[in-house]
Amino acid sequence: MTQPNRLQSGGRIDRSKPLTFTYNGKQYKGYQGDTLASAILANGIDVVSRSFKYSRPRGIVAAGAEEPNAILQLGASEATQVPNVRATQQELFNGLVSQATNGWPNVDTDVMSIIGKVGGKMMPPGFYYKTFMFPESLWNTYESLIRKAAGMGRSPLENDPDFYDNVNQHCDVLIVGAGPAGLAAALTVARSGARVILADEQNEFGGNLLSTKETLDGQPASAWVNAVTKELRSYDDVMLLPRSTVNGYHDHNFVTIHERCTDHLSDIAPVNQARQRLHRVRAKWVVLATGAHERPLVYSNNDVPGCMVSGAVSTYINRYGVVPGNALVVTTTNDYGYQSALDWHDAGRKVVAVVDTRANPVGERIEAARQRGIKIITGSAVIEVQGSKRVSGVSVATISADGNKVTGSVTKLGADTVATSGGWSPVIHLSSHTGSRPIWNDEIVGFVPGKTVQKQLTAGGINGCYHTGAVLLEGLNAGLEAVANVGLNAAEVVLPTAEDVKEGAPMTLFHIPHLKPTSQAPKQFVDYQTDVTAAGIELACREGFESIEHVKRYTAMGFGTDQGKLGNINGMAVAAKALNKTIPETGTTIFRPNYTPISFGAIAGRNCGALFDPKRYSAMHMWHVERGAKFEDVGQWKRPWYFPQAGENMQQSLDRECLAVRQSVGILDASTLGKIDIQGKDAREFLGRIYSNAWAKLAVGKCRYGLMCGEDGMVFDDGVSACLGENHFLMTTTTGGAARVLEWLELYHQTEWPELEVYFNTVTDHWSTLTISGPNSRKLLSELTDADVTNENFSFMDWKQITVAGVPARVFRISFTGELTFEINVQANYGMHVWKQLFKAGAQYNLTPYGTETMHILRAEKGFIIAGQDTDGSVHPFDLGMGWCVSNQKPFSYVGKRGMNRQDCIRENRKQLVGIKTKDPKVVIPEGAQAVLDPKAPIPMPMVGHVTSSYWSAHLGHSIAMGFIKGGLTKMGETVYYPLADGTVIEAEICSPIFLDPKGERQNV
Amino acid sequence: MFHIYCPHCAEYREEEEFHAVGQAHIARPADPDACSDKEWGEYMFFRKNPRGIHHELWVHAAGCRKFFNITRDTQNYDIKEVYKIGEKPSVVAE
Amino acid sequence: MSDMNVMTPAEMAATKAAVMDQVPGPEVQGQSPLHHADLASLAKAGTVLGAAAGGIQLREHKLLGHLTLRLNPENTDQLAAAERVLGVALPLQPLTSVEKGSYSVRWMSPDEWLILVPGLEAFDVESRFRDEMGGHYSLVNSSGGSTVLELSGADVVELLKRCTPIDLHPTVFPVGKVVSTVFAKSSAIIRRTGEQRFELVIRRSFSDYIWLWLQEVSREFGLVVKA
Repeated sequence: MTQPNRLQSGGRIDRSKPLTFTYNGKQYKGYQGDTLASAILANGIDVVSRSFKYSRPRGIVAAGAEEPNAILQLGASEATQVPNVRATQQELFNGLVSQATNGWPNVDTDVMSIIGKVGGKMMPPGFYYKTFMFPESLWNTYESLIRKAAGMGRSPLENDPDFYDNVNQHCDVLIVGAGPAGLAAALTVARSGARVILADEQNEFGGNLLSTKETLDGQPASAWVNAVTKELRSYDDVMLLPRSTVNGYHDHNFVTIHERCTDHLSDIAPVNQARQRLHRVRAKWVVLATGAHERPLVYSNNDVPGCMVSGAVSTYINRYGVVPGNALVVTTTNDYGYQSALDWHDAGRKVVAVVDTRANPVGERIEAARQRGIKIITGSAVIEVQGSKRVSGVSVATISADGNKVTGSVTKLGADTVATSGGWSPVIHLSSHTGSRPIWNDEIVGFVPGKTVQKQLTAGGINGCYHTGAVLLEGLNAGLEAVANVGLNAAEVVLPTAEDVKEGAPMTLFHIPHLKPTSQAPKQFVDYQTDVTAAGIELACREGFESIEHVKRYTAMGFGTDQGKLGNINGMAVAAKALNKTIPETGTTIFRPNYTPISFGAIAGRNCGALFDPKRYSAMHMWHVERGAKFEDVGQWKRPWYFPQAGENMQQSLDRECLAVRQSVGILDASTLGKIDIQGKDAREFLGRIYSNAWAKLAVGKCRYGLMCGEDGMVFDDGVSACLGENHFLMTTTTGGAARVLEWLELYHQTEWPELEVYFNTVTDHWSTLTISGPNSRKLLSELTDADVTNENFSFMDWKQITVAGVPARVFRISFTGELTFEINVQANYGMHVWKQLFKAGAQYNLTPYGTETMHILRAEKGFIIAGQDTDGSVHPFDLGMGWCVSNQKPFSYVGKRGMNRQDCIRENRKQLVGIKTKDPKVVIPEGAQAVLDPKAPIPMPMVGHVTSSYWSAHLGHSIAMGFIKGGLTKMGETVYYPLADGTVIEAEICSPIFLDPKGERQNV
Repeated sequence: MFHIYCPHCAEYREEEEFHAVGQAHIARPADPDACSDKEWGEYMFFRKNPRGIHHELWVHAAGCRKFFNITRDTQNYDIKEVYKIGEKPSVVAE
Repeated sequence: MSDMNVMTPAEMAATKAAVMDQVPGPEVQGQSPLHHADLASLAKAGTVLGAAAGGIQLREHKLLGHLTLRLNPENTDQLAAAERVLGVALPLQPLTSVEKGSYSVRWMSPDEWLILVPGLEAFDVESRFRDEMGGHYSLVNSSGGSTVLELSGADVVELLKRCTPIDLHPTVFPVGKVVSTVFAKSSAIIRRTGEQRFELVIRRSFSDYIWLWLQEVSREFGLVVKA
């Protein structure tokens, strides 16, 4: 298989290592060192995509990150599909499988192209907004059709077999870009002993030096690149990252680098190797040496395959040994554009002409072209290209000195390739990421980085500095400045001598005029990837969009995965002209992260699958797993939800667990409750200020329930605190509220009451809490302790330090079920031992493990609230009917007191928590159901509350619910209705939320 | 991602170690019960949202668990200074 | 053990804080937070998880005594009392640690230190603090809430860079430095105990997550569990 556009010699490819790859189902050959793009061009493939809106055939335009068209789908198998890969940045490997993504059914014959043929009027800017947004309900349908037609690539349907990595890095100086400026800067900082990271998106360092034939110190530039790279590699504190795109520049010099570790090797990464790595870098100083992108000119049909930027043509010839055509026309506004003609000519192929917009160009490259006998047409431009799937010819016309109109007749030239150069646009993307506004520089005809608060330096092309000698010097100087800024002494660096190429002044021109007005001329593309034309931008301006940000959103300019790297400046120029403003007056859009697309895998790193979020386990977790528990997520905790036995459904399991607790004894793993150890002589005072009830008289050995409110008076957590010693308390919090409560206590202590002598420490993980509950719980406890746990010696709301199953324990006699309950707290290392001993001793009492759902039912039977379920941040203790838990006698105005006395908090008819009893005892109201007083009221019905907790009570034989009703505490016995989404209405009676044992006698058995 | 100097740990740490708590220097009224609803509402709910210099309360949640203050420019996220609870800022809005 | 350690309310009021020997007799085996992972068997088998190079070694130091001490660092009496109990002065420089025999002390905060002692000595050390120290302070036994992992090997810094945003360069993070920080999506107290050796104190409830995390992140280096 031959590669028709491959040169016999030259370039940085290894012709002794041929590689086979697949493109659109056909096999081709390339070489080690190729990119997928260079290999595609070598094989003479012209069309790589169909355009987004008009479905026009598109070819490769550029040679780097700015490529808008060659966006391919990669992957040899379903699992390894990767969308949105720029062929210009994908190194070729043996067995690479690629596919064009646009085009339905394929890129060569696209049924959608009829739309493009009909012409632009069918799809003007704003087309999608105007046509598809209404009716809104059909947008989803439209969107899927548009997406299919636009072909944005696709995600794999199977799991990615590879793993990805996130690494945190720190350095003194991060240098972005390893072209001449970056290398000179890196050498300078590395020799000074700084910690350096040098990152470049390409496989080799050298940047543009690899794309030219220029020399340094009379040697090929690559010799200097190799020497510098070798020296850098010798330093321990220098990290070299090729194939690594600096993708985001964030606040305080936080920079993300996307390294493609094995994308160049194979379809699936080698075993135990990360496919890609995201470096999260904190750099003291950043040197941006990101270079510049060449700007194409805007002329009619400038998107026909064969139209390329001039520098890319040189890159393919010099770096990859590929001449991407046979007959070249160059259309340029500057001297640099001649370089591709020189390289093309020297590669032995025909240069038809160089068309220069300037009337009298003077410069060394122009002289060199003349010496080679290349035809130069001055004061003219290529105004239109002929061809559909490949350039077949060009129309050349003379244009006015200001570039605004065609002044002469049109000449047609035969050619299959057009190289275009409208000058260079500095790659200012990263400097824009943190909000720095770019500044227009008339001299270089481009935007350069603006003022920034980042510790950022710039060197080379990003500043509009394009001559190698000057670029090297800027790199050196940036390096010296960085060295000084990080407080080191600079070592000496001698720069190599670069060739000095004399150049003439470029002409400022972006949009080439046509014989017809822009709106009627064949399409002149500004943004290839989103199919934005000069006419479209003019139309947007005519329709009244004046801000460049609005023009951008209306036309979609710069919205593609390439972020308009090639087209944005041209688009601003077209808009500026249409608005009769200058480019700086029009302004620029701001680039955002990421510089080039990044895979989700690299962002996620290892935080996926089982490691997506931490799972927290108690010391008895393995027992629960072995017992077949179903688990519920409570924060990050995995708590047993219920323990089904063979053949049981959830409700049957809950019924059995509930009855076991009510009739004998059950056990709950309550270890997840937040626990805070509080010590200090002011601990008691502090509790009194933070809880709504009184703590002054709680004796050592006693426990008390407390409500915690915000300053607004609204309940946000609750729990039991025990007085362990005169200066020592143990506070418990809800499982989900543990961290928040601890921070809340610290907040008040550190910022409001630092004079209080008290310390808080979390002991949540330290204690295992084993709650045995039920009329037989005392008998069970007695089996495992010698201590006197009789009602007389160990009363309700006492705690005791005793030994349980041989393990020292703090046992709290409190109750959340209404039954006699002992919460056994042992150091967590011994939790499993005590748990198992309880089951050994508990068999005779049918000790039954129960989960959170049974706990919820049992507490609801007793009317106990769950903070976060029956509260939502808008209810205070009185709303909950828990005024008994508020002490307004306390001398200190505790947190929440003033808030709950606000006018709105003391008004009548607030929503209050009540019990809800359905008329049909078998019906369980869905939680969240809204209450109405008149089910026949017209919609929208006035709603008077909602259900917060609702269960089937096996013990009571009917459903129970709690919920809010406006003025509910005064409406006992009244009827409310719960209309459901399916049209049914549940009738219910307002009642006390305490459905069981209102006098609390059961816990005193 | 901010890089924040913890005045207690005496070194820079990543933002993920910290929690932002809100506007700094909002003292709890000495006698809440003497406050009118309006005064209490202002203490509770009303906060500045300046363009430029802003004093904020942060806590080194994953580190030393100490609260401290940050003076930050809300336009460019530049942190002007950090200072401990009880100290006064030296950088203030003009 | 009987109920001899039960204090009467009067006794507790006298000590102001409740102190209790939480460790049962030798007939009861404690389970570290990683008990279920059976690290001992992995160590015995010598299995290398991930890359064959085995650049990471992991060892659990389980069932140690963990004590959290809080006091005002300007209280010289208390500092002296702490030194009498520990045999070494509390480190007052932020992010530093000291060791003395089998005791080690980590600066956690200007008024907080984490002290690790042999598991059976926790109650003894705690009692001596209560005897020696007056004034306002707090001492909390948190032995059940954490475990200690030692990570070492040629690739240990590379491994930790994948777990924590802390800068581990030896000029910034010398031997003896200790930080409390985020670790993956959990947290850890990290102390450098050698050029290529670090100690992690991790929370019990997150220990399984961290163990899974370490296995995953070690894949490129290879993980060997040591007894």
